[in-house]
Amino acid sequence: MPKIIIAQSKCKGCELCILACPKKNIRLSQKINKKGFHYVEIIDPDKCNACGLCFQVCPDVAIEIWK
Amino acid sequence: MKKLFFKPESLTDTDHKYCSGCGHGIVHRLVAEVIDELGIREKTIGIAPVGCAVFAYDYWNFDVTEASHGRPPAVATGIKRFLPDRVVFTYQGDGDLAAIGMAETIHAANRGENITVIFINNAIYGMTTGQMAPTSLLGMKTTTSPFGRDAKLAGYPIRVGELLATLEGTTYLARCAVDSAKHVLEAKKAIKKAFEVQLAEKGYSLVEILSQCPPNWKMSVPESLEYVRKEMMTQFPLGVIKDKTKV
Repeated sequence: MPKIIIAQSKCKGCELCILACPKKNIRLSQKINKKGFHYVEIIDPDKCNACGLCFQVCPDVAIEIWK
Repeated sequence: MKKLFFKPESLTDTDHKYCSGCGHGIVHRLVAEVIDELGIREKTIGIAPVGCAVFAYDYWNFDVTEASHGRPPAVATGIKRFLPDRVVFTYQGDGDLAAIGMAETIHAANRGENITVIFINNAIYGMTTGQMAPTSLLGMKTTTSPFGRDAKLAGYPIRVGELLATLEGTTYLARCAVDSAKHVLEAKKAIKKAFEVQLAEKGYSLVEILSQCPPNWKMSVPESLEYVRKEMMTQFPLGVIKDKTKV
């Protein structure tokens, strides 16, 4: 199972990763970060295959993926 | 467990000040990754523009200097001629490169300076909140063209890549976008190629990158991506515009 680390404080909730995820496995959290944005979260870590498309489109380099 | 995707060494940990959904951050990362992959971090000098990317020196973990508005190609020329063993690149927006800096851009390209230019085209002045740029599309509503850009009044959007392709001094010119993961990966290849052209001392290389600017286009992020795909790519077709290394 891949490990996805999302730096919540860096995320600006632009949703680019949500649009890029082929598994539709990312969503906006109900919570907000210090910048005032709803940050993104992984819905089901088991469904992720670490393709890295979310990382490719993230303007804030807030995503790190281990496998 | 192995780290698959992570922040490159050539990026600092500083949070970007860009708006939500902006393409600048993606291109910063691509440049940083390419520099890491080529192993040239210790000998790279970047030149930041005036515009949204004015704080680029805070985000990159290598030497970066700042130039007056539009003058990065002139500064890059000086640095590269004095320190020819360094890798010198400029990072400029469309207001910086295609408006006030057009003279410097054209002459640096015409002289075939051995530098790399990363050109972010978002068809608008972002930092000053959305005025018309030379690259704004016809009919595009900006704060200085509230009824849409009119060709009779403001001319036509400039295709910088095609314009520079006519100059004999240019070696590699390409246009990419960062609207989707596929295009981001293509953009990275083009940026890498541009740096390789410089490392091989083959001359001037420029990569134009179409970027979305959701707040100043007054659009949501998905709408701005559609705008890049439907409108910008029609006016500014993607692909390699000129590659003299293949001839």
